Amino acid sequence: MSSLWPRLEPLLARVRKPARYIGCEDGAASPQHGHGKVAWLLAYPDVYEVGLPNQGLQILYEILNERPDAVAERTYAPWVDLEALMRERGIPLFSVDTHRSADEFDILAFNLSAELVYTNVLNMVDLAGSPVRAADRRPTDPLVIIGGHAAFNPEPMADFIDCAVLGEGEEVIGEITEIVREWKASGRTEGSRQAVLRELSKIPGVYVPSMYEVAFDGDRVVGITPAFPDVPELVTKRTVSDLGQWQYPKSPLAPLTEVVHDRLAVEVFRGCTRGCRFCQAGMITRPVRERPAEQVRTMITEGLKRTGYNEVSLTSLSTADFSGIESVVTSVVPDPTACGAPTVSLPSLRVDAFTVGLAAKVASGRRSGLTFAPEAGTWRLRTVINKLITEEDLYGAVESAFSSGWSRMKLYFLTGLPTETDIDTEGIVDLAAGCVSIGKKYTNRASVTVSVGGFVPKAHTPFQWFGQNGVPELRRKIGLVREAAGRAKGVQVKWHDPAATLAEGIASRGDRRVGAVIERVWREGGVFQEWSEFFVLDRWLDAMAAEGLSPDWFVTRHRDEDEVFPWHHLSAGLHHDFLWQDWRSALAEAGLEDCRWTPCYDCGVCTGDGLEHIVASPVAPAGGSQGTGQNLALGGSVPISLRPKSLRDPAPMAKVSS
Amino acid sequence: MKARISYSKLGKIRFTGHRDVARIWERSLRKAEVPVAMSTGFTPRIKMAFGLALPTGAESLVELLDVTFAEDSGLGVDDLDEVARRIDASLPVGMSVTGVRECAASEASLQEDVVATTWLMAVDAPDVMAHMDRVNASTEVWLDRERKGETRRDDIRAGILHLGPASLAEYSDVLPPQWLGESRGELIEAVLTTAGRGIRPTELIEALVPGCEPWNHLTRVLRINQWIEREGERVDVLTARPAHPPVCA
Repeated sequence: MSSLWPRLEPLLARVRKPARYIGCEDGAASPQHGHGKVAWLLAYPDVYEVGLPNQGLQILYEILNERPDAVAERTYAPWVDLEALMRERGIPLFSVDTHRSADEFDILAFNLSAELVYTNVLNMVDLAGSPVRAADRRPTDPLVIIGGHAAFNPEPMADFIDCAVLGEGEEVIGEITEIVREWKASGRTEGSRQAVLRELSKIPGVYVPSMYEVAFDGDRVVGITPAFPDVPELVTKRTVSDLGQWQYPKSPLAPLTEVVHDRLAVEVFRGCTRGCRFCQAGMITRPVRERPAEQVRTMITEGLKRTGYNEVSLTSLSTADFSGIESVVTSVVPDPTACGAPTVSLPSLRVDAFTVGLAAKVASGRRSGLTFAPEAGTWRLRTVINKLITEEDLYGAVESAFSSGWSRMKLYFLTGLPTETDIDTEGIVDLAAGCVSIGKKYTNRASVTVSVGGFVPKAHTPFQWFGQNGVPELRRKIGLVREAAGRAKGVQVKWHDPAATLAEGIASRGDRRVGAVIERVWREGGVFQEWSEFFVLDRWLDAMAAEGLSPDWFVTRHRDEDEVFPWHHLSAGLHHDFLWQDWRSALAEAGLEDCRWTPCYDCGVCTGDGLEHIVASPVAPAGGSQGTGQNLALGGSVPISLRPKSLRDPAPMAKVSS
Repeated sequence: MKARISYSKLGKIRFTGHRDVARIWERSLRKAEVPVAMSTGFTPRIKMAFGLALPTGAESLVELLDVTFAEDSGLGVDDLDEVARRIDASLPVGMSVTGVRECAASEASLQEDVVATTWLMAVDAPDVMAHMDRVNASTEVWLDRERKGETRRDDIRAGILHLGPASLAEYSDVLPPQWLGESRGELIEAVLTTAGRGIRPTELIEALVPGCEPWNHLTRVLRINQWIEREGERVDVLTARPAHPPVCA
């Protein structure tokens, strides 16, 4: 092998932020390639600053480099300035660790956290010198694998990938390594690529699109079937049963240049059973598995020491729900006013006064802004989406925040939700204005920013049957919010471009035919589609038209119960019946309780996989109403009890406040 | 107590910017568990003051910063070598502590005190030597320069204090071996003013090769001296210069 560094080096002073390409992070491995080792190139299809903090990639990087039969390096999407120079000079995609060419790796594994990065995947595969279509790859080309949340509907990427991995990667990467190692040892003879793919398709959680045939009736998918008898009909996600056994990353990466989350991250639990119906992450990562509090403490202490960071973020889908949260934060930051004390940041705050109290306890320094996500403007719509936050919860949280010294609140909302009326949309501003008037009691600087995103229904959620709002309707709704905010003092509005929401919709619930659209968008120069300066909706619409596909079919159409989804053969463990019933409950405005602390309603995940929720506390954590309508500020002493509700006959929950 | 620390920045790490370097220092001081003084206010920060910013892409044998230790740390002059050793061990590869001394509170800040820096540059362009003679022979050199988004036309001739050919052999005792092997193009040495608007190495290249894109020609650039003025004489801020500091290769 030869390092590409001597060829890259003269280019770096000519491009923006060249530190993106040098590696040399604190905590980086010293990858040792060698005979008999499977070489993984772990790729994040966005710029370094966005990709470097990704925890999934850091975890797999470490686990693979600990194996005697594997070696792993990292790569990120080169920014357009460097890419142009690389293409001009024939320099291929390279790793940032040893600046090795991507074609010297056996596996090119992409972490896909969202859909709009798909064109970047094609671009990076192309830069790696590999054919973008899997069918054209030779035995010596790397295997292209995708994982991450977007891999739960990999069909739009089916033509470009060799495999998709569903769920958590800690265990399955070892199984993949073993099969690829054998293949490598056998000399990768002509025709052997199909054979190794067939072997890989037998690993639970590994989906090989080329081993399945999709039947269409017009636009409609009517069947997805294995092409061979030994290929499984249904591929089910992988789940690590005990997070405590996977204390990773042990050697977290601290980059030499600024990245988006420039702090230590410690994952406190995986999964979430709040049951928000729009939330794909909550649905596909069940069950809840907490990390033992003691291990969290160790990871924080050692991580801060190793990296020199003085800020740690406790990550999960809803960190205030972590049963060890109070004991962890108070032991890490016994006195936040002490000079040089580390700061604990709690992303994804739950909306209640208790949680804000917790945030106040750990926040040292200036209290500038706090973010909450009520997601919908009225209690009615929040019962539809099962985000069971009462107005009292929100106002209590906001009151607590302003009175503890915060002066700016940011509220996240979705628009274009099922059953949403203009009353719900305008309710967004009513809530925000209510927050401003609370804030004015404490400070003249009180301001509330409302951030509105268009809702994109996702695979494996109860809303997968819902027809997304089109661009004009989303524009109209954002207009309503802006108009109403113009009349309310102290409310600012930010919004996400509805055009990008449409493109995300095409990719999110697309079938295999959407692959040709993605390829066209990429060939027309559509990279970095998550970056507004590069996104052009017409590229997507022109590509759809050229392929004879209708955006309405994929995006705005409501689906029926008998719809065969493009991900029909892929499972996150959730029963189809549960998802359908939860969709009907949504339309009936009936909430569903959190099953961590109430009897199981059998969504399918635990029973199907022999798993259990691993939580340290048998009762719900303190805070707000937790959707029950009771005052649970004291936490454990008040057990949650929702009105019993039959799933088959959904009755609306007791309405607590409107 | 305040300490003036000198350090080198060599190899791949030269592509980090000035703000990145400040962050690297904050993390490294914490890793080294050096009892540093903190600023007061809502967001306490480590009390440290950097010298002149090094352009992204340039290397240096002589970067400087002042760090103030916590009053209650009990650190004295005798502890400086040990502190420097601990900091050096915490810095990333390619950055290395090369010296440390006590810095009196009355001393001028690095930004005020340094009047000029010496650069060693490898320039890959035709007729560099002839261009150098032309610049040396002229009494004025006009250049469009951008500062904070505004372009202004300046005569930079007076700020070019010295410009001449150099040979690697002259510096073989301090230069990293990699540098000696890799540098491409003609080697020149320049002493450029840092007073007022200062002159950047890239601006000198533009003056040498009019209308060029400087980084297409400047294959390597290394700061080798920083000068202060004492009693009318230019004095090197460093008293000693360690040989061959490590490189991020």
